[in-house]
Amino acid sequence: MLLRVLTRLAVLLASLAVSSLVVFAFMAVLPGDPARVALGVNASEAAVQQLRSDFGLDRPLPTQYLEWVRGLLTLDLGESYISRAAIAPQVLDRAQVTLWLVGAGMVVAVLVAVPLGSLAALTSRSPLGVLLSAVSQLGVAVPAFLAGILLVAVFAVGLGWLPASGWTPPAQDPGRFLSQLVLPASSLGLVQGAVLARYVRSAVLEVLGEDYLRTARAKGLRPGPALVRHGLRNAAVPVVTVLGLQLATLLVGAVVVERVFVVPGLGSLLLDAVANRDLVVIQDVVMLLVAAVLVINFVVDLLYLAIDPRLRTAR
Amino acid sequence: MSGRGSRRGGAAVLVGGALVALVVLMALLSFLWTPHDPTLVDARVRLQGPSPAYWLGTDRFGRDLVSQLMVGARTTVYVGLVAVGIAALVGVPLGVLAAMAPRWLGELLMRANDLLLAFPALLLAVMLAAVLGAGTGVAMVAIGVSTVPSFARVVRAGSLQVLRSDFVLAARAAGRRPWGVAVRHVLPNVAGLVIVQASVAFAIAVLAEAALSFLGFGTPPPTPSWGRMLQESQSLLFTDPRLAVVPGVAVAAAVLGFNLLGDGLRDRLDPRLEARR
Repeated sequence: MLLRVLTRLAVLLASLAVSSLVVFAFMAVLPGDPARVALGVNASEAAVQQLRSDFGLDRPLPTQYLEWVRGLLTLDLGESYISRAAIAPQVLDRAQVTLWLVGAGMVVAVLVAVPLGSLAALTSRSPLGVLLSAVSQLGVAVPAFLAGILLVAVFAVGLGWLPASGWTPPAQDPGRFLSQLVLPASSLGLVQGAVLARYVRSAVLEVLGEDYLRTARAKGLRPGPALVRHGLRNAAVPVVTVLGLQLATLLVGAVVVERVFVVPGLGSLLLDAVANRDLVVIQDVVMLLVAAVLVINFVVDLLYLAIDPRLRTAR
Repeated sequence: MSGRGSRRGGAAVLVGGALVALVVLMALLSFLWTPHDPTLVDARVRLQGPSPAYWLGTDRFGRDLVSQLMVGARTTVYVGLVAVGIAALVGVPLGVLAAMAPRWLGELLMRANDLLLAFPALLLAVMLAAVLGAGTGVAMVAIGVSTVPSFARVVRAGSLQVLRSDFVLAARAAGRRPWGVAVRHVLPNVAGLVIVQASVAFAIAVLAEAALSFLGFGTPPPTPSWGRMLQESQSLLFTDPRLAVVPGVAVAAAVLGFNLLGDGLRDRLDPRLEARR
């Protein structure tokens, strides 16, 4: 068990190292001259030279790389080439917003997927089950940003129940915060919920065939309560794994959804940085997102080992 | 699950195939004919509703929606084909190699493959666009590269299965080189898996292309694309939601079509499902 955990940890660290090299190669080596890219072709040679020496771009690449990694590890993300502002405070600020969005999206996904998937499994032989499967199939086909646009069209434009865009920090005005969170979180969560519902359905179908559920039914429990009391926990193992892996998808989906709803999260920071050719910011945010995905996958792996003891001894 | 499963697979192939055919036909027809010039700006007919002259109406520049939709289908199919092509060209040999190579090399290749999973199309496209500028090529490469891992994984699993079979053993015993085994025996037997994966990957490519164009990292204007039609519709959502619904339905229909086609084909080709029938 310990060996397996250590092996996974070693793989995680190696993956982080390699991906940091990839990101660095993309943003610092591929452009040829990052200072020139940042300032544009019309900048004077003196200005470019100034930027190079200000940000240490004239040092050897290995030194630059190690400096960058050291900064990442100590949460010193450097300064923007463009605004010269420190990047770390901005990233922390924006990351909170994105985490709210992703967390709320996750809640919506589970709230949609567990009932929808379970019902689809319970009714798998009836027209209702087929209809529910079709609905989740349709949900999978709708990208989150499109769901966002459609939700705005219905709930903000048509009915006027919720604001179409914007963001208020929860500490400032909780009510307003929630009303602005509902639509972006739903557009992320509904789509992921449709994906998740398919896994819930097959997990529940599997569980429905188990002996202990038949016993529960024999005791006189009706199918629904029997499933809720005995089945769902067992069906949870594969679903939790998928949910963990979906966190990564949600994180990236949030980048686009933030654009739709003008939410000042990491995604907006990243896209604004691309528009401004602010290479350090892009480098930092991309690395942060990639690291988050890798760490999430690692944690899911560990959770999986913890939940299912059979896997601990396998191979 | 017996007869029902096969029939349901059949229905999925039928509906999925029809939707895919519709998108491809729209794209092909757009080379020969569109109702109007999709990029023609005409202020006199801006924001018109559906009419005999403009079947789905016009956008805020007076451009015909049907024509834009048709040429947008071309963009979608083009980006999808190239992206899936890149993914298959890299992923299939990678998967076969990882299955046939010595264990340590196979493991290493799959670890590298897993690492690629941490770079979704969007992040790759953002990095490429920042350095090289946004464009169709950037979108295709980003989507293609990010889809490589799914191909490699599926092909490796399939190849491992084929490699354990008697006919491969016989071929090896007869002295056929690994290369020959790969080309003559492994590839033909994983072809079905690759086709299924290609269909599913196409759906992902359509989604990714729409998202990238929506963010402005895809096909640049004035070439119509569904993602940018959606992006342009956003500012007019309060006055004319039709502009969002039309390309939105197109994206969803295309993705649904490729997903259904892939699922249906998988049901038909998966030997494990076959045994259960």
